[in-house]
Order: sequence, then C-alpha cells, then structure tokens
Amino acid sequence: MTKQVEEKQRVVIRFAGDSGDGMQLTGDRFTNATAVLGNDLATMPDFPAEIRAPAGTVHGVSAFQIQFASTDILTPGDHPNVLVAMNPAALKAELGSVEKGGTIIVNEDAFTERNLQKAGYATDPLADGALDGYQIYRVPMTSITVRAVEELGLTRKEAERSKNMFALGLVSWMYGRPTDVTLNWLHKKFGDKEQLYDANVAAFKAGYNFGETTELFATSYEVKPAPAEPGIYRNVSGAQALAWGLVAAAERSGLQLFYASYPITPASELLHELSRLKNFNVMTLQAEDEIAAANVALGAAFAGDLGVTGTSGPGMDLKAETLGLAVMLELPMVIVDVQRAGPSTGMPTKTEQADLLLALFGRHGESPMPIVAARSSSHCFDAAIEAARIAITYRTPVILLSDTFLANSSEPWRLPDVESLPAIDPAFATGPNAGQEFLPYLRDEKLARPWAIPGTPGLRHRIGGLEKEDGTGDISYEPENHERMTQLRAAKVAKIVDDIPPLEVDDPDGDAELLVLGWGSTYGTILAAARRVREQGRKVATAHLVHLNPMPANTGEIVKRYAKVLIPEINTGQLAMLIRAEHLVDAKTFSKMQGQPIFAEELEDEILRVVGEETRVEGGERVDGGERVGGDRR
Amino acid sequence: MSDIGNGGGAVGTLTKKAFTSDQEVRWCPGCGDYAILSTVQGFMPELGIEPDRTVFVSGIGCSGRFTYYMDTYGVHGIHGRAPALATGIATARPDLSVWVITGDGDGLSIGGNHLIHALRRNVNLKILLFNNQIYGLTKGQYSPTSEEGKVTKSTPFGSVDHPFNPIALALGAEATFVARTMDNDRQHLSQVLRQAAAHRGSSFVEIYQNCNVFNDGAFDLLREKQQGMHNQIRLEDDQPVIFDEGSRCVSVGENGRLVITETANTPEDAIVVFDAQGRPSLAFALAHLSRGPNEPTCIGVFRQVERPVYGEAMTAQIEHAVERLGPGSVDKLLHSGDTWTVS
Repeated sequence: MTKQVEEKQRVVIRFAGDSGDGMQLTGDRFTNATAVLGNDLATMPDFPAEIRAPAGTVHGVSAFQIQFASTDILTPGDHPNVLVAMNPAALKAELGSVEKGGTIIVNEDAFTERNLQKAGYATDPLADGALDGYQIYRVPMTSITVRAVEELGLTRKEAERSKNMFALGLVSWMYGRPTDVTLNWLHKKFGDKEQLYDANVAAFKAGYNFGETTELFATSYEVKPAPAEPGIYRNVSGAQALAWGLVAAAERSGLQLFYASYPITPASELLHELSRLKNFNVMTLQAEDEIAAANVALGAAFAGDLGVTGTSGPGMDLKAETLGLAVMLELPMVIVDVQRAGPSTGMPTKTEQADLLLALFGRHGESPMPIVAARSSSHCFDAAIEAARIAITYRTPVILLSDTFLANSSEPWRLPDVESLPAIDPAFATGPNAGQEFLPYLRDEKLARPWAIPGTPGLRHRIGGLEKEDGTGDISYEPENHERMTQLRAAKVAKIVDDIPPLEVDDPDGDAELLVLGWGSTYGTILAAARRVREQGRKVATAHLVHLNPMPANTGEIVKRYAKVLIPEINTGQLAMLIRAEHLVDAKTFSKMQGQPIFAEELEDEILRVVGEETRVEGGERVDGGERVGGDRR
Repeated sequence: MSDIGNGGGAVGTLTKKAFTSDQEVRWCPGCGDYAILSTVQGFMPELGIEPDRTVFVSGIGCSGRFTYYMDTYGVHGIHGRAPALATGIATARPDLSVWVITGDGDGLSIGGNHLIHALRRNVNLKILLFNNQIYGLTKGQYSPTSEEGKVTKSTPFGSVDHPFNPIALALGAEATFVARTMDNDRQHLSQVLRQAAAHRGSSFVEIYQNCNVFNDGAFDLLREKQQGMHNQIRLEDDQPVIFDEGSRCVSVGENGRLVITETANTPEDAIVVFDAQGRPSLAFALAHLSRGPNEPTCIGVFRQVERPVYGEAMTAQIEHAVERLGPGSVDKLLHSGDTWTVS
C-alpha cells in the first residue's frame, strides 16, 4: 500500500514507560537522530528519584519529552502531540498532558489485568472508552520484539528488554528520522557484545518495518530541517556543556581544573563527565562529604588550580561555611549549584530555581559573592567560562546556578570557535608588591588581591578565616579595620558591574508597557510566550539576567522604564523580591512550584491577563490586587 | 616523581629563624604548644625543605594558631576541615610539603570524618594532632578524648562519653604512619617528626600536650620526668618492649592478650618484640595497652608501611590518559559524537 507523507512544522513526542524500560535512552537516541536531521529541538527528561520504583506503578513512570520543528523553538513543548506509552501506568500518568485529539501509541501486550490493576485502572482504558477522542494505535510491541530476536538465543527477559528499540524504530519511521545515526550508535555501544547488538538492531528494524509495512499506520510525517545560522552543530545537554565550559576555562587560563564533589542528584553528571576527561589534565576527586569537597577545591585554589566544586541544594547548605572562608581568603573558586526542588531532600529529580536567595545570602556575616546563572542547556558552556573568568580575575568564589531542567535537557548548539574565546589571565604574583615586602591583601585597581601560590620564592604568607588587616592580611580585631574590610569585600564584588555586559531588552516596537524579566532556565519559556503574545498583536518586552550579583548597571533603569514588570520564576518570587527591594519597582511574580518548567502557554495566559489589565482597571475591577499569581491556581 | 614533598632537597643554610614568622605568639603562658612550635621550627631546617615549598594548614582551636607562627605558606581554615583543605593542596601540588595541625576537638570531633578519609587515601600530609583532652579555646568543655567521668563546664556531673583512642582510630582508618609523642620531650618529638616527615603518604602523629589552664597535669604520669621514666613504654622497631628502666615489659598473656609483667619473671620468648611494619593487630593491641595516659602507655612509632600515595596515583592516571589519548583538545571534544553542518 502507498503511505502518505504529511508535512508538519512542529511535533512534541513524549516517550513514557516503566523506569526500567529504557525510556531515557529511547528519547536520547531519537533526539540525536533528530538533531542530525537538522530540526530545531528541545528536550525534557522527567524521571522518578527511585532507581527502580515498584514496577508497573504510576510512581515508577519515567518519561522523556522532545519538541522538534522546522522553525526555531524555545521549549520542550507544553502538550505532547504523541504519547508512546509502554504500559498502563505510563498511560495513566501522562494522558492528562496529551493534547486533545492527540496520538497515543501503546504497547498492547503490557495491558494485562495485573498491570492495569497495578496502574490503578478499574477497567481497561483501551476498551472502556476512556481514550475516545484520541487517535489510538495498539501495537503488540513486546511480542513482536520477542519474535524478532527469537533466533538469537536470548532469554525471554533479555528479549523483552529490547522493546524500547522497537518503539524507537516505529517512531523513527513515523517521523522520517535517519536510521544510520541510531545504528551507528548501537554499533559503538554494543559492537563487542554481539548478541546484544544483534538483538537491539533487530528490534529497532522490526519497529521501523512495522510502521512501513502494516496497514495500521497510513501516514508518516516529515518535519523539515529548521533554518539555522551556518556552522557546525551538535546536540548538547546542560551537564555536558557546563563540564566542557569548565574545561575550556581551564584551557583559556592555563590552569589545571580541579573538580571536587560528593555524589548528589542532579549534579553527579558533572562529576561523571569531568572524570572521563583525564587527558585534559582534569583532576577529579570524589570527596567524603560535601564539606570536604568544598575544602578540597579551595585548597586546590590556594595551590594554584582552578578549584571547582559542584552540588545541588542540600550540598549548598553544607558548603556554606567553607564558602564564607573562600570569601575571607579571596581565592578564585567556582561553586556549581544544580538546583532541585527543596527544601530538605525535596524532590531530587525535579527542577526548581529556588536557591537564588541562598546563593546571595546563605552565609553568616556580610559575605558577598558573585552569581552567574545559565539560561539554557548550551548556555551552560558560556556561563561556566564566565563564572571562572570572574573568579580568577577578581580572586573570589563565584556561584554558578544551573538547575535540573537545564542539566538534563538538551538542545542543538552551534559550536563556538574555541580558539577565539578570550584568554583568562591568572596573573600569579611573582614578586614583592610593596617595596621589598609582599602584602597578600594589597589590592589592584579592581580591588583584587594578589594570588601568590606556594612555591613562589619570597612570597610566603599565611591567610585564614580570621579577619584580616587591610593590606598585610595579618589577624586584626581592630574595629575600623573590620568595617573597612567588610566594605572592601562588598566593593570588590560590586565593581564587577564595570566588567559585565548591560542587560539587553527585546522590545520590537519600543513601546511595550510590560517587561517580562527572567533569570535561569525560564529563558526559553519567556521567549516562546512573548512570541505567542506578539503573534496576537499584543506588545511585551523581555529581558533575561545572566549576572545575578552584581546585576548589570542598567537593570534599575530598565525595570523603571516599564509601567509593569512581571517576573516568572520557579520559586515564590525571589528575583522579584530583589528587584522590588533594590529598585522600588512594583514587580509582580508569576510563580510555579511543581518541579517542572513553566509552560509557554501558562506564561502566555499570564502576560495576556496582565497586558489586558488596563481595560479591566478602567471598568473599575482591578483583578490583580498586588497579589502573587501561582501557576497552580489557574 | 619529585621527592621534594618529603624533604631531600639540599638546603644546608636554613636555620630555625627561617621558619619563624614575625607574628607574636599568643598562647597562654606555660602552654605545651610553645614547646611543640619551638621544636617544629627547630627541626624543619634539617629536613632540607625550603620554607617556600612548605605549607601549614590548621583548623580551629588553640592549635589552629600554629599556622600563623610558621614562616611558610599557610592556611588557617575552618573548624575540623584542615585535612580536606590540605588534601586539595597536596593533591594539586605533589611538590609541596604539607603539614596539618589539628587538635582533639578539631580533628576527632567536628573533623573526624576528614581525618579518617585523609588517612585511608594516604594523602601526602603530615598530620600533627595536639591532644590535650579538653576544649581550650572555648574555655574548658570535655573533648572526644576526655576520660569518662571528667568534670568540666559542660559536664558538671562528670562526662558519660567514652573517649576515642586516637592511635587505634588512625590504625583502624588504615593509616600508613601512626605515632605518639609528647610536647615537652624535644628529643623524642624531633625524632618522631623526622620519621613522619620522611614517610611517603599520610603521617599521623598524636602529641600529648598539656593545657595548663583547663586540664593541667593530664599527662603528668608520662610527661613529668620522674614519673615518665617509669611509665613511658617506648616502642623501638625490632626491639623487645621493655620499660621502667628494664624492670617491666609487655608480654603475651592468656588468650594472646598483651599484659605488663615484671621482666625478671617473664620468659624471654614471651616478651613482645615490636615490629612497625608487620600486621596492624600488634600495633592495635599496643594502642589498647593503656586506657589513657594515667597508666603506663606506649609512645613512639606504632606503624609504618608503604602504600601508593594519593596525589601521585591521581597524577599517574592523568599522565597515562595523556599518553594513551594525547593531550585533550577542547575543540575536538566539542566536535566529538554526532555533529551536522548548516551552510
């Protein structure tokens, strides 16, 4: 039979199954094939904290969402057009997010009475009309996979495990993905384990051929490559980009990268990524605890390395005292906080951006520290270099904020020319700086102190957590000195403002009334929502902060320029609190605290509500009332 | 591998003065720390390590101030974390001689975790633990080495905590060099520190240190000359363990337990012959011979064995990777895996 090929501009697919079903891998592979085809894309893995949550239950569902398009896109999409559900639990967990009339492909074999019961279904949704209005494809994925690999001599369990490759093959056919990308990867991964390689290839091909030959699927879809700037591209996750950014910063500064960390979700990926890069002269140390990791990195910094430690919220709490020491010692150091939902253990695999105030204020005493926040997966590369640049140039610990969503999701990245990245000069002290004397706390015009590393002849000095005498660095309890040093430490960090780019505003006509201001991973959401609002003829300006401390010099002028300021955050209003306090602007918060990114659609609605407010005010009915609006209240 | 981290550089002209900083020493008059400082400043020159290549790292407590008094590189860190801070320094720079100064509160209470992990990793650190069995800087609370029943400000009815045995703890953490010495015995202190400095990897040295303000006399039985000559059990490699001017010895009693007996009444083959390189069980048994410094107690080097040094092993992995894969190129790294070109 002849199959139709229909062109689509954009598609959102969600792969969902049991946490042992290999859905992350399936999503990852589909992503790579999609990237190589040249679509623009954004992904969002979403998995439980348990390694193997009770099989077949809703708690154990692991999902991977990808949006890909022939135009440029900014988010992983709000509502999947296609759901691949490997079992009843996955269907139950994910059905709510699928668009009305969307496509659902189920592994029919998994819809047994027992599995339905485990998922909490009283009756079979495939039979009871629960899926009316959706386009349902029932595919016996397990049994076809088992048949496809039956000659390879695998156990039934092993054979069944390849069913994710069947699903990948089927969806690859549906959306015309290149097969060679996946087949090459399988070869690399399983090339030396013949049986496994053969099984995965057989399952993948069986899925692909199933789509092509059976009458079940009448149509396949084509999503053409997206226009993009010329260059070489790859797909990159935030964790990868951040690790590579640190390595690039080490190369550009000529320093050895020393990464000390304690395993913690979702920051462990950084440790894994960097541990592989030994031939880049990267030292990685898995410390005995979070406090040790911070101290090891600080010790390495004292010794002349680019000392970096990485963690997530709970680890930040533990490192706080050491970060205060780093502020006192005025040594370069980068602290990566891959934020996750808190407080306490919270939701370890779910995203949040609620550590901003912790980063700013989470230490005793006056303890100023620069903060840089990555805004997208690929931007993690630039943000890491920027954090290292500030740390090295200003002799200060710098907090680099990422989050679970940025770390795990991926997007195409036009590769930068590494050679053209600016060099970072560690400018080690080599001799006395005050006549014949060496004063470890004598500052340069940037207020940075000298970095004199052990082994440098004649520059022996002792530093520590006790208050320093201005200049000499000797212990001092002198009242005026403490005040002066407090001001100097603050002034040094504040002065970085002269060395960072101004905040850029995107306001096409220049006359929007509303500014949507963001930081961190809401970047894509904000741009996508603004685009939708503008498509409806409404006006909105956007701006995004990468430097959170200090903020760009023109931040105050910009937030005051607009009649209304809306700040979407995956917290209860932390940046808004800072903007209000610093600039006396009535900034409003749009908050969502569900362990997920804010959807473009949610923000679009909020923007429309806010820009429409004028009319409502004229009608005498002020809806806003100055209250915070939560995404969960809609 | 450079040998500088353990001495061996020929710097013949160094003096004690070269290691003495210009800072006024501010311990209480009569504190045992003065004697330790003077001994360390005095014996560093003979190691032949340049002060420029020496780093002292300390935590919080009276011992923490030590760093400021040495004219070397130094970091006075936060409470308990000196071994971790020093691990970063020593691992990043195998060419440095790195010393950790800590106390019973700093090293065994708040920083106990870092201490045992530094020892098990065998980081090239010389760790000197000043044990005065009391919290001095916070003015007299009981410490993790204070004896049971100790009456202090925080234990007016006597401590109910069982104390740590620092030597046994270090042995349990698989330390490769474990020793005990005393603040006021300059000769023994120098001799132990010399061996600690020469050891490759972590050296753990417990120094009984008198706090004359909050715990005066805690070690008198061993430390005071007249009593010490009877109660110090000096461990010498390959020598029978005999003390008290030869009159008493450590021998193997019932069920293999070590006991103190009269030498005259002990058959020669029952007297323990010490061996710092052998099985750790002997050192462990000797560490437990006394329940505290109020009975005859072993001093000297309990254990000294060779094991790969942490920083060297890490550096070797890097060298091996560079040899195998060539020096890393960030550009190549970025272009690894699937890429596509838009023209």
